[in-house]
Amino acid sequence: MNLIKTLLAGAALATGLAGAATAQDKLKVGFIYVGPTGDFGWSYEHDQGRKAVVEAFGDKVETSYQESVPEGADAERVMTQMALSGHKLIFTTSFGYMDPTLNVAKKFPDVKFEHATGFKRADNVSTYSARFYEGRTVIGHIAGNMTKTNTIGYIASFPIPEVIRGINASYLAAKAVNPDVKMKIVWVYTWFDPGKEADAANALIGQGADIIMQHTDSPAAMTIAEEKGIYAFGQASDMKQFGPNARLSSIIDNWSPYYIARTKAVLDGTWTSTDTWDGIAPGMVGIGEFSDKVPADVQASANAIIEKLKSGEMHSFTGPINKQDGSAWLADGETADDGTLAGMNFYVEGIDGDVPN
Amino acid sequence: MLRLEQRPEPSRAMQIATPIIAVIATMIAGGVMFALLGSNPFTAIRIIFWDPIFNDVVASYTRPQLLIKAAPLILMAIGLSFGFRANVWNIGAEGQFIMGAVVGGGTALALYPYESFIVFPIIIVMGAVGGFLWAMIPALLKIKFNANEILVSLMLVYVAANFLSAMVTGPMKSPVGMGFPESRNFNEYQSAFNSELLSNTGLHFGVLAMMAAVVVGYIALTRHLFGFQIRVAGQSARASRFAGVNPNLTIALCLGISGALAGLAGLFEVTGPASKLSTNFPLGYGFTAIIVAFLGRLNPIGILFAGLLMSLTYIGGELAQFQLQIPAAAIQAFQGMLLFFLLGVDILINFRVRLKTKGVA
Repeated sequence: MNLIKTLLAGAALATGLAGAATAQDKLKVGFIYVGPTGDFGWSYEHDQGRKAVVEAFGDKVETSYQESVPEGADAERVMTQMALSGHKLIFTTSFGYMDPTLNVAKKFPDVKFEHATGFKRADNVSTYSARFYEGRTVIGHIAGNMTKTNTIGYIASFPIPEVIRGINASYLAAKAVNPDVKMKIVWVYTWFDPGKEADAANALIGQGADIIMQHTDSPAAMTIAEEKGIYAFGQASDMKQFGPNARLSSIIDNWSPYYIARTKAVLDGTWTSTDTWDGIAPGMVGIGEFSDKVPADVQASANAIIEKLKSGEMHSFTGPINKQDGSAWLADGETADDGTLAGMNFYVEGIDGDVPN
Repeated sequence: MLRLEQRPEPSRAMQIATPIIAVIATMIAGGVMFALLGSNPFTAIRIIFWDPIFNDVVASYTRPQLLIKAAPLILMAIGLSFGFRANVWNIGAEGQFIMGAVVGGGTALALYPYESFIVFPIIIVMGAVGGFLWAMIPALLKIKFNANEILVSLMLVYVAANFLSAMVTGPMKSPVGMGFPESRNFNEYQSAFNSELLSNTGLHFGVLAMMAAVVVGYIALTRHLFGFQIRVAGQSARASRFAGVNPNLTIALCLGISGALAGLAGLFEVTGPASKLSTNFPLGYGFTAIIVAFLGRLNPIGILFAGLLMSLTYIGGELAQFQLQIPAAAIQAFQGMLLFFLLGVDILINFRVRLKTKGVA
């Protein structure tokens, strides 16, 4: 018994020393990703943001990340372990981390949390997201011009406002240039599952879609589009290498400026809980270079839209717009307010099918 | 050349030594892999096997987490071990786990916001019933039509997963969830929440149920007629009939017990650690439990240790991932190695390795 006690004491001492050796004055910043950093989409771009933080602050910070963390009990455990091991700023980068983030933040009031795409905040929990719908307006415009079958396929993840908003923005922009356009939507109920995403792409092509958009994280649909000789758009990241012929353009998430700013705020001691929702103008949403398959006049009009969105002259949701059931939503010239956009749970007029409910 | 020679009888010493040999072999092979990935193998092994239990910064949190993660695995593995001993192959514990969570959790959602001490016992029973009934489908098909229970129980996993999706996108969807396919959070409903009983111990009702299952399972298997009957049924169906064992009853009991325990595990998991029903709530515990059952040599005490070891590799693996930036896939490969070596070195129990002498015809 004594031997065991001595061994345990020795072990505790040894690990204690090891713990002390790693505790430095550096700010430890943690990142939690829902997919692998090699998804070449959503998680990949967050990890690019992490690398930008390392580059910007050098040895003043130490970053770590955990990839492929399921949204649920495991997420809460990983966050707690990060907080316990001395991380003072933790970015939780998926919608489903919302409740776990709030729960863990309650237990660690001196740790700052940044939750992507959520809507619940606390004194030590900020939220941030990008106005991806502005990007959707641009690619919707291109798709509406270029579809020959007048059918756009859309791989949707979860029926949350973020995704529904993207569908509506794409459809409105496509319909503005092509009144006959139809949107086919497949719900896959996952953020990252290359197999399911590929199945969805094939199903949409089977229904006549010749351009595919997605709100999922892998380039699976892009590779299918390349194989089948149709078009698609890069999602979250450029994805050009997966569809050199298929890719028309892309919506690129650029988290680097935000991650650098928030890390700096913690280093300076000026961090406060905020809610950030940035679009094309501040650079959080980037539009990838147009492929030469996009005709020159469409490139020009798409560029004009980008400029107008940047200057604020144009809003993705400008009336007159009716809801799907025909009831009026926005009057002529009226633009949607952020509150309605944040809680959007309806399709606009012209989209077939129902929001899964 | 090496040659395997059958031992006259299984080696008792090897039965105890093989798990230790396997863990050491995993440490060596895993260490080589971590070194190739550019991490210090000694640090990595220390973080995976040592830190979750003894590190003074994280262990006070991770020790209880080991119990929480292991509880559903052990609970299900004990149920499965009865069937596996009797040659009744329930591969669908994952489906029974889901149905326990859906039926028990759904009952709780239906009772919301009625607060009473009676709510929790009701949903526990409903969870067990959900898993039990789901397991009765392969049992009845096996008894009536001799349908293969491996296939039926496995296929029913996918049916259960789709049923769960339908429930959380439909009737069980949270009215305050912004359209996300998940139920109300059970921690908003005190009567149904499987909370920690003593703070910072990880003890919740699921852990208590797991401990009870280990004890009851051990007694049933070694000291009770039922344990004898299933062991005989597994070794020789014909002999078991002479001993008065009803084969159909054995099938029903084995599937029923494993189904009910899987349902209980699902219920405790969904009302506690997972805290809500959602499409990504099942994480494959039902399949991992099959591995745990075999690692524990289908013995309740062995299963207890196997479950804790499995849980240790999960939690230690997470620590190693973010502390050393080892990829998630490398941790999975490491867990795979552990299983490979554990099952691989089992051969030493029944065989001994001999150097083959050349030239002997």
